[in-house]
Formats: sequence, C-alpha cells, structure tokens
Amino acid sequence: MIELTGVRRSFADGVVLDGLDLRVDAGEFVSLVGPSGCGKSTLLRLVAGLDRADGGEVVVAREEGLAYVFQDAHLLPWRTVEGNVALPLELAGERDVSPRVGAALTAVELAGVGHKYPAELSGGMRMRASIARALVKKPRLLLMDEPFAALDELTRQRLDERLRTLFLEQGLTVVFVTHSIAEATFLSTRVVVLSSRPARIVHDAPVDLPAERNAVTRGTPAFARVTADLVAALEEGEA
Amino acid sequence: MKQLGPPVVAALIGLLLWELLARGLHVEPWLLPPPSTVARAAFAARAELLGATLTTGTTAFLGFSLSAVVGVSLGVVLSRSRLLERGFYPYALLLQTVPIVAIAPLLVLWFGIGPRAVTASAFIVSVFPVVTGTLSGLRSVDPALHDLFTLYGSSRTRRLLWLELPSAAFSIATGLRVASGLAVIGAVVGEFVAGFAEGRPGLGIVVMSSYRQLRTDVLFGAVFCSTLLGLALFSFVGVFSHLYLRKWHVAEKDPR
Ligand SMILES: Nc1ncnc2c1ncn2[C@@H]1O[C@H](COP(=O)(O)OP(=O)(O)OP(=O)(O)O)[C@@H](O)[C@H]1O
Ligand SMILES: [Mg+2]
Repeated sequence: MIELTGVRRSFADGVVLDGLDLRVDAGEFVSLVGPSGCGKSTLLRLVAGLDRADGGEVVVAREEGLAYVFQDAHLLPWRTVEGNVALPLELAGERDVSPRVGAALTAVELAGVGHKYPAELSGGMRMRASIARALVKKPRLLLMDEPFAALDELTRQRLDERLRTLFLEQGLTVVFVTHSIAEATFLSTRVVVLSSRPARIVHDAPVDLPAERNAVTRGTPAFARVTADLVAALEEGEA
Repeated sequence: MKQLGPPVVAALIGLLLWELLARGLHVEPWLLPPPSTVARAAFAARAELLGATLTTGTTAFLGFSLSAVVGVSLGVVLSRSRLLERGFYPYALLLQTVPIVAIAPLLVLWFGIGPRAVTASAFIVSVFPVVTGTLSGLRSVDPALHDLFTLYGSSRTRRLLWLELPSAAFSIATGLRVASGLAVIGAVVGEFVAGFAEGRPGLGIVVMSSYRQLRTDVLFGAVFCSTLLGLALFSFVGVFSHLYLRKWHVAEKDPR
C-alpha cells in the first residue's frame, strides 16, 4: 500500500527526514508516535502527495482511493454537514450523491444532523463529520494526523472505538499519527515509534491484542504490557 | 431594539444642549442655527432636499455598485498571482491616496458635468477597500482546506467558487461596508465640482448654494440628509451580508 525508501525532506530550518524507510501493507492499522516536531505530519503529507520528498522514493497506491483527516475537523463553515460530506463526490463531478452521503453519516452516527451547520455542532460531532467526509468515497487508505487530539478523553475513547469498528468493517488501511500511547495501542495492528528530528524508526512492532476491541480491552494486562513497551521505546528515542 | 436606546438618548441630549447654547449665547443663525430652526428650514425645503437626496443617492449607489463589481473582480484577478499583486497593488493604493477634490476637474474633462462624472467620483473613492477586503480574504483561506481541495483534484474554478470566495465573504462584506460610506462622500464631493445645478440638483449642489446664500440652516439639513444616505447604503450592505453570513459565520450568528 505504502512503500517509502530512503525518503529525505528538509525545510529552511533543517533536515526533518533523513533516509527513512517504511512499508505499510493493505489491511494494516499503523500508528506513528514520536516527539513533537520529529516529522510525523511531514511524513503523512508526503504519503498523501501534498508535499514532495527531496530524495528517496515514495510509492503509494493512491489510485485505490486515499483520504486525509486533519487534527481539527476543517469543515467548510458555509456548508451543512451533508454538504461537507458530499464535497469529495461533488469535486469529482459525481451526481446522485445523497445515498452515499447518508451512508457515510450513518457510519459515524450522525444521521440526524445532516442539515446542521458546523458551528451548531460539538467538537466531537464535527470530527465525526470530518471522518464521514473522508470515508464517503470509500477510500482504501486513510491517513489521520492527530485527529482526536483536541477532544476530551471520553469523546476520544468513543471515537477510537467507532474508528476501530469502521477499520474492520470497511477493510481500510490506516496510518494514524497520535501523541497518545494508549490510543495507539487500542487502535493499531502495529505501532511505529520515531525518534526526535531527524526521524529514525526506533521501534516497530505488531500490537498483540485480539481484533475485536472494546472499552474492556483497555483494562487487560496485555494492553498494559504493550503500552509499557511503547513508553520504553519512546524514552529511548528521545534520549 | 435595546441597543438603540443609548444612542437615541445621547442624540436627544446633544440636540438639547445645542439648542440651549445657540439660543442662550445668541449665536448668529448663519454661524450656528439652533436645531429647531434647522428642522423648520429643512421642512420648508423638503421637496428640494428630498430630490437632492434621490439624485445623490442614485449616483452614490451606482458608484458603489461599480466598486463592488470592479473591486471584487480586481481582487480576484490580483489574488491569482503574487507577481500581479506586487505589480498592481501599489497603484490601487495610489487610488486611495489621490485626493478626490484634486482629480474631480479631470473627471469633468473626461465625462462632462453631470451624473457620469459624479458616479466616477463615488467609484474612485470607494473601490479601494473592496479590493483590499477581497484580496486579504482570498489570501487568508485555511491552508488545510486548500490541501483538501488539492487532495480531491479540484479545478481552479471550483476552488475559487466553493472555497476561496466563501472564505473571503466576511472580509469582502467589511470592505463593502466601508465602501458604502465612502461612495456617498465621493458623490457629494463630486457634485461640488461636477454636479448639475439645473433640473434636480444633488446634495453637494444644495450644500454649495446654501453656503453662498448663508442659509446655514438649509446647509445643515443637507448635511443631515447625506448622513442619512450614508447610513441607508451602509444598512443595505449590512442586511445583505447578514442574510448570507448569519447561518454559518461565527461573527454574524445571533447572540445566544
Ligand atoms: N512547510 C514547512 N515549512 C517549514 N518548516 C516546516 C514545514 N513543515 C514542517 N516544518 C518543520 O519540520 C519539522 C517537523 O514538522 P512536523 O509537522 O512534521 O512535525 P510533527 O512530528 O508532526 O510534530 P507534532 O507532533 O508537533 O505535530 C518542524 O520542525 C517544522 O518546523
Ligand atoms: Mg504534526
């Protein structure tokens, strides 16, 4: 799905990625964790095709459909929720969009508020609308850059559970950037820990938890073990 | 309606003080007539003042509409390229610094005495804030939304119509509000130099002729009418922008 080899990217203030290799296969849910400013967003933008690498190779199966979810919902305030979710279809010049918009809204449990404007929604609802917009074209690859960072803990856990279900139901491949180790553990099939800038991979391991996860999963010893390993790896990367 | 209370009371107090001072200090009426005299004179000259308000209102509105169309279009064109903006923006700025009184005679040479020159004057004075409002609005679109449109392969036209112009709407509306007041000023000043004195003269002509006849009371009446005109045009813009923005723009949403 994604194959990065020796990817380099620098900005005016220095090198951010210096020969990074990363491979993500179809059906994986890969979380990227690492210190602030290490280059996670840069990496995601390269994969999305929103930015160009200075060197190395970025191969992404974009033709199978790719969607990007930002840290904030970034909805168009002058469009209703429905209008926002319909946007990717309308930009592709597609007609008869309302059944697909309805399905996407149902998938994120927003069926009742399609006619509302973003300003009338809570932060959690806006984020779900943003996810519906990302899913409406049925992408195979979903890139998410700290999507729930601005939400309260409870809302965040609910959305994590919802996302985990969508991942299994829709056969998605997800690359998910987060600062929360618990969130990475809960969601992922595999977690990649990056060092501080320039980003190196200091830890790359599958998450050994059952596929079906729910609120109970967070309290199990296996969950605690995975998070402890990740904390250790992160500390090593920051040193 | 509650917000209307304090300014109305302030106006009444101001008028009362003015009345008392003008009468108590026996100020010459051609220097400062008391408001009651102004009101009587304005009522007596109501036909003239109403006609003048309509004449000036028409040219101010035409000049303003021209500013809206040309200003937004120019803003869009300049926003398409940094090079274009850097090349032309200083001259748009120049347009704002040129004193309208100084170029009004030029307008007479080009357009002749009459409503065309007056409209041109209203336009020149009011177009600049529309250009800046449009340009700064188009330039400050959320970059993540630009990314979104890029990701979904948007055409340039759709990006402009579905993203950039709506993002700029609030900023454009602010520019238009400023322009509405300036258009009235531009029309009145334009009339000083280029207005028809025959037929149905505009407020600028009424101001000049009542000044020459030392009819200060009528002059005040004309000033009052042009203020009302500015307010009317301002509210006209306000109503339209509110109708468009109220449903979704945070600054325009009704409180609570
Ligand atoms: N467009 C840009 N222009 C200049 N510098 C940039 C740009 N994008 C990123 N950078 C720099 O690259 C570095 C990495 O940024 P990036 O946003 O990828 O970090 P991050 O890992 O996502 O951090 P965070 O966890 O805080 O979101 C930062 O030091 C940032 O200043
Ligand atoms: Mg980031």
